[in-house]
Amino acid sequence: MRRNIGPILVVVLAIIAIWYAGSFAMNRAWTMDQAARAGTEPSFSEVFRDTMNQDRAVLPAPHQVAAELYDGIIDKKVTSKRSLVYHGYITFQATMAGFALGIVGGVALAVIIVLSRAMDLTLMPWAIISQTIPVVALAPMIVVLSNALGADSLMVPKAIIAGYLSFFPVLVSMVAGLRSPDAMQLDLLRTYGATKGQVFWKLRLPASMPYFFASLKIAVAASLVGAIVGELPTGAIAGLGARMLIGSQFGEPMIMWSALFAAALLAALLIWVVTWVERLAGRLMGVQA
Amino acid sequence: MRGQATRMQKIALPLGFGLLVVLLWEAMVRGLDIPLAILPAPSEIADRFAASTGTLWIDFVQTVIKGALTGMLIGTLTGFAVALLIDRSDFLRRGLLPVASFMAALPIVGVAPIMVMWFGFDWHSKAAVVAVMVFFPMLVNTLAGLGATDLMQRDLMRTYSATHVQSLIKLRLPAAMPFIFNGLKIATTLALIGAIVAEYFGSPTRGMGFRISTEVGRLGIDMVWAEIVVSAISGTVLYGLVALVERWVTFWHPSQR
Repeated sequence: MRRNIGPILVVVLAIIAIWYAGSFAMNRAWTMDQAARAGTEPSFSEVFRDTMNQDRAVLPAPHQVAAELYDGIIDKKVTSKRSLVYHGYITFQATMAGFALGIVGGVALAVIIVLSRAMDLTLMPWAIISQTIPVVALAPMIVVLSNALGADSLMVPKAIIAGYLSFFPVLVSMVAGLRSPDAMQLDLLRTYGATKGQVFWKLRLPASMPYFFASLKIAVAASLVGAIVGELPTGAIAGLGARMLIGSQFGEPMIMWSALFAAALLAALLIWVVTWVERLAGRLMGVQA
Repeated sequence: MRGQATRMQKIALPLGFGLLVVLLWEAMVRGLDIPLAILPAPSEIADRFAASTGTLWIDFVQTVIKGALTGMLIGTLTGFAVALLIDRSDFLRRGLLPVASFMAALPIVGVAPIMVMWFGFDWHSKAAVVAVMVFFPMLVNTLAGLGATDLMQRDLMRTYSATHVQSLIKLRLPAAMPFIFNGLKIATTLALIGAIVAEYFGSPTRGMGFRISTEVGRLGIDMVWAEIVVSAISGTVLYGLVALVERWVTFWHPSQR
């Protein structure tokens, strides 16, 4: 990891430089338009300064987004309705509930599918089809149904939507992992006279662990996407997805950008924690680093 | 159930399960007298589907063909090409791979309002959202696949004095195929979500996302379900095509046995 820091820094700096250039190029039209209306001829440095500080920029400059993020996360009180920490926490709760649902559902289905050929043929096509149904389409239905069943907060439908997206990576990876032992390893256990249960506990399950933890990172990210998407068509007023919608409806790019980056920060935090758990589990199970 | 499942079993089992669910659904809606505004029965959805095939087709072309497929094509091809380029430079790979894996995990669907602001309400903004969403998974999977060969295999190619292109085509790309198809499968499921989410931030008066959000407002829940049926069918066909090609290309992989 350490030897990669140099290249990563170069790449990140290059991205920021491209972003600044993009801000200048994309915001320039508005500046020139304003100048033409006022009948002035701005110099290059004036144009540059203006493109970097527009309130409703087509592409806000990195420092504007950073300032907005700092304002939303550090400066505002956490209880404030404009605090990104407040909105992030709402989304985080739904993400975690959906993540837990997704892990339990994904592992249970994978075990059933690997152990029973009939279940594999029956359920696997439907698991795949379930992912091809866009959750945004189902979201209003899920809200209506969970209201009819007596859940009065938006947390339940959001968690279901997040779980709906996050169970699939766990399922696919676990099925691949549980089937990863090759013919030679399976033959060896057969020569030992191992039962189906012993093959499962002693060979298939340990062999699937790297696949399981690799899928957790994808699942937690998918769960966050689900929680955000779940806030769009459900009439939510709190949460990062709701912020994006508000920014879009009121034509406030800064709200959209800060919500997008807050979501990115939340995702990074979640993945960092999952990676840490993965390392810990790997060490406990004796994986060679 | 030992050995290979017959073609009959492969079709009959999932179909039977699906029919069972539909029958239970129908019986539940009729038995409990659930109003149309909460959950329509499958028969009501089928009626609505048959009565509005024209509208559904227009929405399908707008969202799936123009939005999702165009975006997927742009995003996956770019991801693949960039991966091949990055792979040539050790410096770029070490710098870009961590950044790209990080980006792949971010909720990129959040760029939807920004793309709608940039490219307008029509399908171009939807294709842009989809392209950005599928680019990073494709890039990361291709790069991971290109690194999937071990040192011994690459050394063998070197002892044959294979060029970079030769070892790419004969060893590393075939070995990367399971990863590349994994990326493509992720892309198919992301594409429809991206195209529909983007419609939620603004669209012309056609498209699945547009229809769903307006019909929910009008309590036309049967029409919403008809759209869900269309999206499920198109997504499944798309995924099925990718899986079919994968089976044909990576016949040697243990997971295909």
